[in-house]
Amino acid sequence: MIVDALSWILLISGSAFCIISAIGVLRLPDYFSRIHAAGILDSVGTGALILGLMLQGGFTLVTVKLFMILAIIVITGPTATHALARAALHGGLTPELDEEEAPSNS
Amino acid sequence: MKDVHLSVIIATFALMLLWISLSGYFNALQLGLGFVSSVAVIWLTIRLKLLTFDGVRLALLPRYPLYLLWLIRQIIWSNLLVARIVLSPRMPLHRQIVLTKPKQHSDMATTIYANSITLTPGTVTVDSSEDGLLVHSLAKVFADGVLANEMNNRIAGLETNIPKDEQA
Repeated sequence: MIVDALSWILLISGSAFCIISAIGVLRLPDYFSRIHAAGILDSVGTGALILGLMLQGGFTLVTVKLFMILAIIVITGPTATHALARAALHGGLTPELDEEEAPSNS
Repeated sequence: MKDVHLSVIIATFALMLLWISLSGYFNALQLGLGFVSSVAVIWLTIRLKLLTFDGVRLALLPRYPLYLLWLIRQIIWSNLLVARIVLSPRMPLHRQIVLTKPKQHSDMATTIYANSITLTPGTVTVDSSEDGLLVHSLAKVFADGVLANEMNNRIAGLETNIPKDEQA
């Protein structure tokens, strides 16, 4: 009962974050900001959805498979995002910035 | 040479485990086929010289769950911040590119750092060079978070027990 409720909370919040991510991709002004909105989908969107499904699955092989999907998404998601951002930068797209000089911590 | 044998056995075992968890059958035929294909894959991997030993070291594994827990907390928190920015009518953006110098020694740990930055919403690693990682951030909070170096130090802390001469 508690597990079921928790699972539904996760499923619904995951879906909500997917929608927020889509809104962000539409609303944000430039390419590099839109990548951040897509990042919501990569991390919490799919994460919460898959965790919710894992709770529905219980201690079965389905849960193991879902866990593998989660692990793969967590590794490939940021890699693809980085590849896109890097390709855009090297392709000559200059990011619109609100602050000119680049601060550094080195 | 002994290490090579051990890693071959571990890799075969891991592949076998993957087969079992993906198929879900436990009869002799399925297990036998799984064993044969695991051995075949390992044989091909050795022939292609892809079986390397400089990946994630087993000795480090116990430290990762703690870092993962911290990372998940960071992800959820910055997710809420990005969601708030996206949903607010004025969208208070402060887009910035900052340079962060990775403090890790191995390529693997630097990759984990760059991927963790990208995985956390609000910050994306755009480029990497000898100077460091270029990070694009959506608002001032996220840029300050990267410049505060907390994630950098934590990942550097994951690898401190490797002696320097042992690294590939």
